This record gives sequence, structure tokens and C-alpha cells, in this order.
Amino acid sequence: MKVLWLQAAGCGGCTQSLLGAENRAGVLAQLADAGVDLLLHPALSEASGKDALDLLHAAASGALPFDILCVEGALLRGPNGSGRFQILSGSGRPVIDWVRELAARARQVIAIGSCSAFGGIISSGENRTDACGLQFDGDQAGGLLGPDFRAAAGLPVINVAGCPVHPGWVVDTLLALALALGAFAESDLDAWQRPRSYTEQLVHHGCPRNEYYEFKASAEKLSDLGCLMENMGCKGTQASADCNLRPWNGVGSCVRGGFACISCTEPGFEEPGHPFMETAKVAGIPTGLPIDMPKAWFVALAALSKSATPRRVRENSRSDHPVILPGTRKGGPK
Amino acid sequence: MSRRLTIGPFNRVEGDLEVTLDIADGRVESAQVCSSLYRGFEQILIAKHPLDALVIVPRICGICSLSQSAAAAAALADATGLPMPANGRLASKLILACENLADHLTHFYLFFMPDFARAAYRGRAWHALAERRFQADVGEALREVLPARADWLRLMGYLAGKWPHSLALQPGGTTRAITATEKVRLLTVLREFRAFLSSRVFGDTLENVSALHRADQLSAWAQGRAGDFPRFLDIAADLGLERIGRASDTFLSYGAYAQQGGAGRQDDHREHLFARGVWRDGVLAFDEALISEDVAHAWLFGEQPVHPREGETRPLIAEFADQPDAYTWCKAPRYGSRVAETGALARQMVDGHPLLRALVAANGGSVLARVVARLFEIALVVPAMEGWVRALTPGEPFCHQWQLPDQASAVGLVEAARGALGHWLHIERGRIARYQIIAPTTWNFSPRDAGGVPGALEQALVGLPVGEDESVPLAVQHVVRSFDPCMVCTVH
Repeated sequence: MKVLWLQAAGCGGCTQSLLGAENRAGVLAQLADAGVDLLLHPALSEASGKDALDLLHAAASGALPFDILCVEGALLRGPNGSGRFQILSGSGRPVIDWVRELAARARQVIAIGSCSAFGGIISSGENRTDACGLQFDGDQAGGLLGPDFRAAAGLPVINVAGCPVHPGWVVDTLLALALALGAFAESDLDAWQRPRSYTEQLVHHGCPRNEYYEFKASAEKLSDLGCLMENMGCKGTQASADCNLRPWNGVGSCVRGGFACISCTEPGFEEPGHPFMETAKVAGIPTGLPIDMPKAWFVALAALSKSATPRRVRENSRSDHPVILPGTRKGGPK
Repeated sequence: MSRRLTIGPFNRVEGDLEVTLDIADGRVESAQVCSSLYRGFEQILIAKHPLDALVIVPRICGICSLSQSAAAAAALADATGLPMPANGRLASKLILACENLADHLTHFYLFFMPDFARAAYRGRAWHALAERRFQADVGEALREVLPARADWLRLMGYLAGKWPHSLALQPGGTTRAITATEKVRLLTVLREFRAFLSSRVFGDTLENVSALHRADQLSAWAQGRAGDFPRFLDIAADLGLERIGRASDTFLSYGAYAQQGGAGRQDDHREHLFARGVWRDGVLAFDEALISEDVAHAWLFGEQPVHPREGETRPLIAEFADQPDAYTWCKAPRYGSRVAETGALARQMVDGHPLLRALVAANGGSVLARVVARLFEIALVVPAMEGWVRALTPGEPFCHQWQLPDQASAVGLVEAARGALGHWLHIERGRIARYQIIAPTTWNFSPRDAGGVPGALEQALVGLPVGEDESVPLAVQHVVRSFDPCMVCTVH
């Protein structure tokens, strides 16, 4: 399975994250062993300059058939629709033109990260570079390739969104395609065209702060152990991703690191409408409630659970280390 | 005979790079370095809540992610004069060091060494080994390095939640308090990395490596030694890599791993693991007021060189014809109107490691000296990190609260893997009113300034040999990659 990887207007962080995948022989060997042949990757391949450009020309013309186009980074249409904010070095042509041409030749097109999926961080503010995703502009279908785009194999762009992506999301997606396990019908993608393999879960699932959440024992300041939802801007109860079921860098995640989930897998995460590290509230109640939960229920539950919070949980939630240990039951738990 | 050669896409550097060479009589006569991507982070930051910078700036760069966080956190701390608790300081240093060392390793194995596996070097005595070990994508070393790197990044899992793009580095410290058991695990990660470095990278202990003080000691040490660094030294000696890549020989370091406080403008007297200063035929005190940026050759609006505290970033939208001399999105930073080089070599020149000073005294800044400096830094920093982990005190605080000032002007100066990284921040009415960034590769891959003086890489490329039929000259590739450029940081 031949893969062509382009870096558009991104930070390269999705590639860096991918290289950190945990595998006995490293992720490059893992992909190669599964039959993934990286024809060109800007950070990894030997070819540079004319050699790399010749390969891209051959791929764009159809002389060099390939299977998958991975695009990392947002697509810059500015200034004034020219694409000049990112010229593909050595080619004199905007990256967006190359992406359009190559996407038309690919059997599958994969957006690697939230930038190439939806526009991402660069599209925030006034979006002066006119950044967008491959098939979305924020949460609006369209983007660079248009809402009707289908790659040769029949699927729309597969959005492996995240800022950055978890290495596992990319590996799972590429391997599912390489090993032809039958995955990746359109029904394997969610409403944002993300692989359901990692968006059927919420960041909340497996959150190590679950006991604090249950009692609404909330962190009040940075480094507190308590739940980050009420005050610290955490959107883990609304964001789709398996970050706390499949740790980052072996042992971590955002909430494990002591800071909020900013819902980086969702379109528009870059413009939350409030400071990232503060929870938006109306009349003291967070505006972003746990997904699928009616407001009245949340308010009732929060009032009840706050009134029933054990002292240990309340005290520990406001500290950066446990100050009261769980009690010990004589004779062991029943 | 003269010709013009444009090289791009220049791969195995982070981000977008195009290099144009004017070649006469088989040598580079002059060079132009083009950063071909503009994203406008400095504009995106305007009017945001100051702490939102901690979400936005790491996303400038996925390889210097937490260095960008560290500079922003330092600037925010400087805005209020906020001190950090001891644990927060130690954890911040560990996080930054983890990224910097991971980047050095990534550069050596993934970006730099694969060039020696090229078919053009077939016939050299070392080629078969270089090909087996370092070939891009498939070299056997990658099967060892990537797992070692992933294990190393577990430090980030513990201390920063994840890498890249974390919110763990805050102006008041770090968000994740480390427990006593986690201290043991952090030390275990460090010990495993140390073992990998000793067995695969150096073929010796870290302490024996960093104690090598003279060039002849280094050559004698490398002779016949099994280890990828000695293998590089063998290749470098054969190709004369000590003789290519000289730039301005003015070296700039903001000082790495401050022992106290943040990394603001006034930190000159604070103790760093690697000192703050400027080297030009000797160490000079660093004066932040001497920094300026010039846009004479960039696709940006602006008239005179200005200090970053007053700087702005406004891209040309349609007026490209009005700026015929422009060839890049990169500004030209200058220190006291001089071209400065920054990076691991600059850090060691300023701090005074005898071997690096000796290498530069003999041949000036070079491909060899830059690579040796990076590897030596790994050998020097891992033992320091072990000390920082041991000094963590579980139960004591890691983070102080930051109070938003209504108005402030502040600066954060840190050392990323690739060198001096500065953030200049102005807050008005509780919002970001101005944000200017000068990244390490902005210094190194600067274009010409208004006086027509070429940037560091542009100088380093002059005189390099280019074969008649070479479309991507090997010597040029070695020199470009010896700086470990990060192009996404360069323009941001």
C-alpha cells in the first residue's frame, strides 16, 4: 500500500506524535511490516529537491500510482484565493494546487490532525490566511476539496482529527486499510468523518478524576486534583476520543497531566468563545454540560452530589496531592 | 561557468524550506534561504486572553512545542514577577530538557545521518555500514532509536500529560504534582535512556564522553569504537566536515535551564546550567536591548529595523511587486546589527566547553562542531536531569497562581533544542495587544538585512563545492541540516 504524505500548513506535530508510537521496533517498522510503503514523507524520506519533486510530479500525473494521500496541516487559500501563503518549495506552485491534484489520484485521502480535517488552530482569530480543512471549513462541509469529494475508492476524506493526533489513531487507520480487514465503509466514520474506532468513546471515559466528577468536587486552581469541568475549562465529558482509555506517551493524557481537555478532536475547538482554561458559565452553571445530559438533571445531580461529598474527596480535590487517604475497612471490602 | 540552482522541497528539516544557490566555477557564490510558509501566529494571538497563548504557541511547532510553551510561560511570569515553587522549576526544566534531548536524537538519526547512506557515497569505506544503520525509513538504527525515544517521552507522560502540545507549563509552575512513586519511575526512565545512550549512541559512559576536552582526544577516543557517534566522527573525518559550514562565528545563547526564577529580561545574574551570553572571540554579556528585526527582504510590511517589543507582523497580501528584493516570509533578526548563530554549539561556546571552543578555534563553526555540540549536550544534560528528579519534593507545591495584570510588557527568553527562543508580550486591558516571537531558526536562516548582509546559513553555504551534475549537492545538504532547522518555528 503506497502512501504519499504531504505537510501543508501545520506544525509537524502529528508526525512527531506518530513517531512516538509504542511498538517494539518502532512505528516505521510496524507500518512497513504491515505493507505500508511510505513513498514520500517530508520529515523522513531520503529524497530532497529535484528527486522529491520528480516523484510528486509522477504521482500527480498518474505515472506513479499510489493508494493513500495523507495530508498534515491546514490548507491555506489566502491571500485572495492565491494560495501564496504556502508555496510548495522548489515547485513555484501553491500547496493547495498540489493537494487538489494528488487527491484526485488517490484511492483514499486521509486528513492527519485537526488542521487538515477542519482548519484547526491556524483558522482561529480573523483567519487571515483563509485556512481550511480538506473537506470541512470548521464545522461546515466544503473545505478545499468540496462537500461532494470522493476519493477513488469511494469514501470522502477520512478525518483523523486531534491536535495532535494520538499515534494509535493513525496506526489503527493505516493498518485497517493496509491489512484490508474490511473496515472503512462510510459507516465506519462518524458525523465528522472521523474513524469511529476512536470517537465512539468520550475523553471522560477512563478519566482518573472520576471520583471527583461523581461528587462535583472541583479543582479551583491549576495543579489541584479535583474535577476540571466546573472551573478549569475541561470538555472531556463532551469530546470524542479515547485519550483516557489509551494513554499518551505510555502513561499520560491532558487530564492526567493536570489540565483541561480542550476538545481538540472537534471542529472549531480553536475558538471556544471563552478563555481555554476557564469554564464558561451562565448563573454559575457550566454552559457546556456532559453530552446527552439535560440541564435540569445536571443541576439536580450536581446539587445532590455536592451535598453528599465525603470530606476526603472534597479536601483532596483542592490539593495537588492526596491529603486524606481512603479509609481502610477491617476485614476487607465486602 | 555559472548557474542558478533552486533546491526544494528540502526534506528532513522540520517545515518548508527552499534554498537558491548561485554557482560559479563549481562553488556556491551566494545563497538565498526562503521560508515558504506563512501562518500568522503573531496575528492570531492579538486580542486573546493572555493565558490562551499557552494553548496557541505550542501549536506553532510540533517538535519545539514545549519550548514555545516555556517561552510563553516565562513571558507571562515576567509580566507579574511571579516566582515559581522549587518543584515547579525542577519539573519545568525536566520537561524542556526532555523535549530538547528528544529533538537532538531525532535530528541525528532521522534528519542528519541518512544523508551518509546515499548511493553517491558508495565507494567510501564506511558507506556499507552507514547504509545498513542509517538509511532513511529502513536503517536498522531506527528500530532501536524510535522505541528508545518513545520510552524517553514517558517523562512527558508523567510530567506534562502528553507530547507534543501540553498545558503543563504555566507561569506559576507545572500542573502535575509528582508523587514519591513517580519519582522512582522518572529515574527509571532516565536510567534506561542512559543505558541506551551508552550502548548504542556513544559506546562509553556519558561522563567519559563529556570529559573529552581536546580534538585529538576525541579522535583517539572514537578510533574503532562501536557506537553511532564514533561512527559519525569517522565519516566526518573522511569527508572533512570540520571544514564546511562556517557562518558568522558570533554565537548567541539566552541561557538554558535557569536554576532560579523564570527567564525574563533581567535574569543575566541568575545561574543557568548553560550560561547566558554572546560569544565573539570571547564571552560578552548579553543585552536584550540590542536585538532588532528587519523586514527588508521579507514579504512583510515595515520600514526600519525595530526591537521586537515594538515589532509587528503584517504580511503582504497583493503588493508583492512592490517588494522586488523580498524572497522569504522570514524576518532578519540581528544582535547589535550583527548576524548571530544560535543552537547547541552556541550554548557550549558561551558556557565554555573546552572541546567545542577548541573545535571552533581551529575551524570556526562547522558541520562537525554543530553535531558534536548536540551529542555532547545529551551527555551533559542527562546527569543534570537525574539530579533534578532527585531534588523533587513530593507534597510540596508545584504551581503558584497567576494573577492577570491589566497592563504589562514582558519577555520570555529560553533555549529550545535549536537555540535562542524569545517571546515579547504586551498586555493591555487584560488582553494580548502585541506578541512577537523570534525563534532559533529565524536567527540561523535569516535572509539578508537592509544592509544586504546575508544570514547565518546564507554565509555558511558560500564556497561549498557543487558538482556539474549535482541537483541536490551533498555538501549543501550537510551544512543546511547541521543547523537542525525548524522552519515552522522560523516564520510562525
